[in-house]
Amino acid sequence: MSFPWANEYTPSHPFMKWMDEKLPLPRLVYNSVGSGYPVPRNLNYFWNFGFLALICLVIQIVTGIVMAMHYAANTAVAFDTIEMTVRDVNWGWLFRYGHANGASAFFVVIYIHIFRGFYYGSYKAPREMVWLLGVVIFLLMMATAFMGYVLPWGQMSFWGAKVITGLFGAIPFVGEPLQQWLLGGFAPDNAALNRFFSLHYLLPFVIVGVVILHIWALHIPGSSNPTGVEVKSESDTVPFYPYYIAKDGWAVGAFAILFAAAVFFFPNALGHPDNYIPANPMSTPAHIVPEWYFWPFYAILRAFTQDFFFIPAKLMGVLAMFGAILVWFFLPWLDKSPVRSGSYRPTYKKFFWFGLIPAMAVLFYCGGAAATEPYVMISQLAALYYFAHFLIILPVVSAIEKPLPLPYSITEAVLGKDEGAELAPAA
Amino acid sequence: MARILSILVGLFFTVALAWSFGKGAYTQITEPPAATAEHEFHLHPKEVHFASDGAFGKFDRQQLQRGFQVYKEVCSACHSLSHVAFRDLAQLGYSEAEVKAIAAGFTVPGTDPNTGEANTRPGTPTDYFPKPFANDIAARAANNNAVPPDLSLMAKARHDGPAYIYSLLTGFTEQPAELLKEFPEAKTPSGLHYNPYFANLNLAMAPPLAADGQVTYGDGTKSTVDQMAKDVSAFLIWTAEPKLEKRKQTGWTVLGFLLFATILGYMSYRNIWAGTKH
Repeated sequence: MSFPWANEYTPSHPFMKWMDEKLPLPRLVYNSVGSGYPVPRNLNYFWNFGFLALICLVIQIVTGIVMAMHYAANTAVAFDTIEMTVRDVNWGWLFRYGHANGASAFFVVIYIHIFRGFYYGSYKAPREMVWLLGVVIFLLMMATAFMGYVLPWGQMSFWGAKVITGLFGAIPFVGEPLQQWLLGGFAPDNAALNRFFSLHYLLPFVIVGVVILHIWALHIPGSSNPTGVEVKSESDTVPFYPYYIAKDGWAVGAFAILFAAAVFFFPNALGHPDNYIPANPMSTPAHIVPEWYFWPFYAILRAFTQDFFFIPAKLMGVLAMFGAILVWFFLPWLDKSPVRSGSYRPTYKKFFWFGLIPAMAVLFYCGGAAATEPYVMISQLAALYYFAHFLIILPVVSAIEKPLPLPYSITEAVLGKDEGAELAPAA
Repeated sequence: MARILSILVGLFFTVALAWSFGKGAYTQITEPPAATAEHEFHLHPKEVHFASDGAFGKFDRQQLQRGFQVYKEVCSACHSLSHVAFRDLAQLGYSEAEVKAIAAGFTVPGTDPNTGEANTRPGTPTDYFPKPFANDIAARAANNNAVPPDLSLMAKARHDGPAYIYSLLTGFTEQPAELLKEFPEAKTPSGLHYNPYFANLNLAMAPPLAADGQVTYGDGTKSTVDQMAKDVSAFLIWTAEPKLEKRKQTGWTVLGFLLFATILGYMSYRNIWAGTKH
């Protein structure tokens, strides 16, 4: 599953030799994140975000397990147990703020990771499976984060749960019974809170499983790179250890500095004040908004304000909101361009920077704003571009675009005319 | 085939959005939304600073004690503080004996040890602040059909919380003449009080800090309405975030260590990649 020049694991200590025969776990580590995995030498810093996402997942699981030790999934006390954790548990405030901001950090990292994939065409053959599994991870993350936000049982927890589960009610015929079955009642209550807690604890471990598949699938063709040219020879690659362990290592440090700054100095900046008010089914907040990482999709949901032929506006919104993510599954087959990297695709590049990125930024902004004009109209235009980008522009551009000439190899792209430069020494 | 299918799906969503946009724009032009009094007269909180602000912020314990006094003598008549225990008051600089005395000054619900019937007893440091009303119905009955909210988390439960509390407490005024001229139907109903810092401009709470000198401070600070409002806001920052100082102090230690570790990490990265063009 690797390149022929990949380093071979050769245990020297008798114990490691014994271990390698019985259970070659060290060999697996060596070939996955050690010297046995050759990686293109020209990766830029956008390639650090996969490793950072893994760090975020670990942070969430560790802080989450500690939070769960002090939490009680019961509508009568859930809010109070969180406050008790923050006030009376040793370092409880750190775990609480770390977990809440950790979710935000995870989404920041994952959005950069996904948009790296859009720009550099990481979803293209032979890495379609890596991409598909990645979209599955993103969907699982969204489900986990949504259910996690319900657990403190504050005002936004309750009303967010009500709005989002209410979306299932838009499905024709089966919607209402389905919604009641999911909630275990007519509105979010103790039954819903309990099952959300159960699933919120389960899904992260499902994510771990899919992450393992994601990395496994990645290691079959090997990592992509900013030129999009496949690896041709040994001089194109460096071993993961020590080269990318060192690069990821300092990137983790830089990430941790930003994360710590948020946790220790602005822990509530990304949260909604209403979630410090205990849930009250009799009092609807003025503006119900989800957490910031759902805003683009929430904006798409709310952008459909008119019935479309026989389809009610609400159902259109629900279809579009899920469709906006599901369309990512089809990217490998929508984008037919033989060139991977956006750097060598002049037309696609323009649509990426001046179309997709601004549209996404506008959707982010409008999703967090009140559902009033002009925000609804602006988000309608941005959502229109979003769907046009993936479903119309991308297939058409990839058919008619004339890409720039590609470098012969990664080595040539890196060294250019610099003939005297040394190649990577084999570790 | 895949391309044609995708373009058709794309057209389905984009045309539906264009339709929603067109209808929305038409409605905006033909029936522009009417202005509301809330929209035009609601004010953002005033700018106000506290010792606990900023990355090096620390509580001013004298101020917290004054704020606690305002809560005890004014707010606690209607507002609960259910997440705070008397023992927590030691953090404001009160001695063990003082905390005991403060707790004993409150009456908390208890159980008669002989009959098992509900009764009341003086508070002890482990008790939490008692609620002023038995339940929401009692609270509504006594407060013009509004439930006075719990104050423990108020500084975090509103946008720009501490400044909001301060602005609300000092913001009660007569309803402006322009408002009544422009929106005659928006006259403050009887039993409510006009306050431009409140979301819908009229709230059930009467101005709680009505006159200078309402509370007599032990430390000689002049108790103007402005001073009392500031002090009680500072106190509520503490009740909402009692670990604020520890959080910020720990933050600097953590940042210092991370900076050091990151510099080492960066240097080893440079060292390992030296001589490898990439």
